[in-house]
Amino acid sequence: MRTLPFLIISLAVAGLVFAAALAIGNDYIFFAGYVVLEYIVLSTAWNILGGYCGYVNFGTGAFFALGAYSTVAIYNLIGANELPNVIPIPVLMLVGGIVSGIVGFGMGYLTLRLRGAFFSIATLALAVVLQTLIINWDFVGGSRGAYILRPEAAPLLGGYVRYLFLIMLLLAVGALVIARLIERSRLGYGMATIRDDELAAEASGVPTLRVKLIATTISGALMGMAGAPFPYYIGYLQPDSTFALDYAINAIAMPLIGGTSTWVGPLIGAILLDSLQQLVTVTVSSAVNLLIVGCLLVAFVILAPNGIVGLFHKYFRRKNDDFIGRRRTGLDTPEAAPAGGSAPETPA
Amino acid sequence: MSALLEVDNLSKRFGGFVALDNISLSVPAGERLGLIGPNGSGKSTLVNCICGTLRNEQGSVRFDGRPIDGVPAHKRTHLGLARSFQLPRPFVSMSLIDNVRIPRLYTVETRGIRRTTQEVDDHCHGLLCEVGLESKTRQFPRDLTQVEMRKLELARAMAAEPKLLIADEAMAGLTHSEIEDILALLVRLNEKGVTVILIEHIMSAVMSFSRRLVVLVSGRKIADGKPDEVMRDPEVERAYLG
Repeated sequence: MRTLPFLIISLAVAGLVFAAALAIGNDYIFFAGYVVLEYIVLSTAWNILGGYCGYVNFGTGAFFALGAYSTVAIYNLIGANELPNVIPIPVLMLVGGIVSGIVGFGMGYLTLRLRGAFFSIATLALAVVLQTLIINWDFVGGSRGAYILRPEAAPLLGGYVRYLFLIMLLLAVGALVIARLIERSRLGYGMATIRDDELAAEASGVPTLRVKLIATTISGALMGMAGAPFPYYIGYLQPDSTFALDYAINAIAMPLIGGTSTWVGPLIGAILLDSLQQLVTVTVSSAVNLLIVGCLLVAFVILAPNGIVGLFHKYFRRKNDDFIGRRRTGLDTPEAAPAGGSAPETPA
Repeated sequence: MSALLEVDNLSKRFGGFVALDNISLSVPAGERLGLIGPNGSGKSTLVNCICGTLRNEQGSVRFDGRPIDGVPAHKRTHLGLARSFQLPRPFVSMSLIDNVRIPRLYTVETRGIRRTTQEVDDHCHGLLCEVGLESKTRQFPRDLTQVEMRKLELARAMAAEPKLLIADEAMAGLTHSEIEDILALLVRLNEKGVTVILIEHIMSAVMSFSRRLVVLVSGRKIADGKPDEVMRDPEVERAYLG
């Protein structure tokens, strides 16, 4: 499927989701759904670097928080509650995205010699450094945290939560379209070669440094965009919870549970895991959340290392598809086989 | 004939260990060069310096008339310098056809001529046919035998349509008939105009393939010339037979 039809279908699905949420008629659906959507964006963004390139980023919380704090900074800079009348949330998201994207680029550039666990430790260190900076930056509230007052009326749809939900829904669609676009492009192939073998990638003509920087920038920018509306969602922003490791752990667990090699994996993982977390938060306790993540992660690593998408592939034996499940038929037919060569195997 | 590759006084150290000591080498276009030497003599280090995987401290490398010192490895591949690795390093998460597709997408396909996906597919398929892997295009590197893995390695190097191919021990551990297969492949490639440097331990293969032989011992070039003359060289005999 080409990108435009995919975009149209995604928007249609998003429209259905929104209509369904409206039909239920309870604002809590929007409140909980926002977090699920936020995690779709975060895990998709994580997957661009972690899944496609194989670089495990533990700094999701930091990129997310940067987006959130750039909103706080603008809020404080311009002042007062008329802000949404001056700067709409999509613009704040753009700013958050740019800030996090720049930091993502910087992180990629500084850590380009680091691989494996060392890269992960560096990203964790980045999160700690940024958190320390924010705690000591009084302008955005420092360790006291920052209050953001929502405007009385949302630009659309009446309820503010509904408005935020809609925005996050659109961002989720955008993130998925970007991830899918990358996956099927030359860039996606390049990222996969970095995951497999960087030396061989260079020898094959892949500019590994550039591809890596593109990945860290896009990944960081999407995380920042997901974080920008957060102050308006939560009302009170506090460094400890905004930089929480939960974001990093969830953003890693969701693609791993869903499957890291395709855009579908993070989507499935985020919907399943975060819906479960939301359910448990209201029915049992909010403290059980991370326990669930931990148990599921262990179970998946042992039983289904390639995630749900991997299980699906295994059972439907789509082994003959090439990389990341793209189905091609041209060369699978014996007629297309070159004369003299034996016929390529047809898909099972 | 002008030289395609010119290595001039190249030296490389690892700490106090001198891996390459003032190597000079000139390879004209169309050459079939054998590069031999005992284990640890610096053959792979030389390849790594030529291909940009390692930086040489001294000396210079010129390729196709231009100096390529400091040029990153992927750019050298763009210029037409391809290599296969001593231990095959396939892209394990991709099917064979995608393994071959990567260098095409990143080199040949960036040279301005737009081709459809189908055309690129056909090219890649053709390459895999040439190395005898046509029945396995949809399979993954883990399904391959050692010899097939080495063929894939060569197919991937060829996919970038190089002017110079450096085959780093493409035949180690293979049976006689498998060696014949790969030699025939390299000769065919050379006949199409690709300059080939063959690094090998198996003397029969080197002798039948090479038109010129270079011997490295302890990071120094001790002989360079016609294969049979080089093999009669007393210094080479001493290095090999003790």
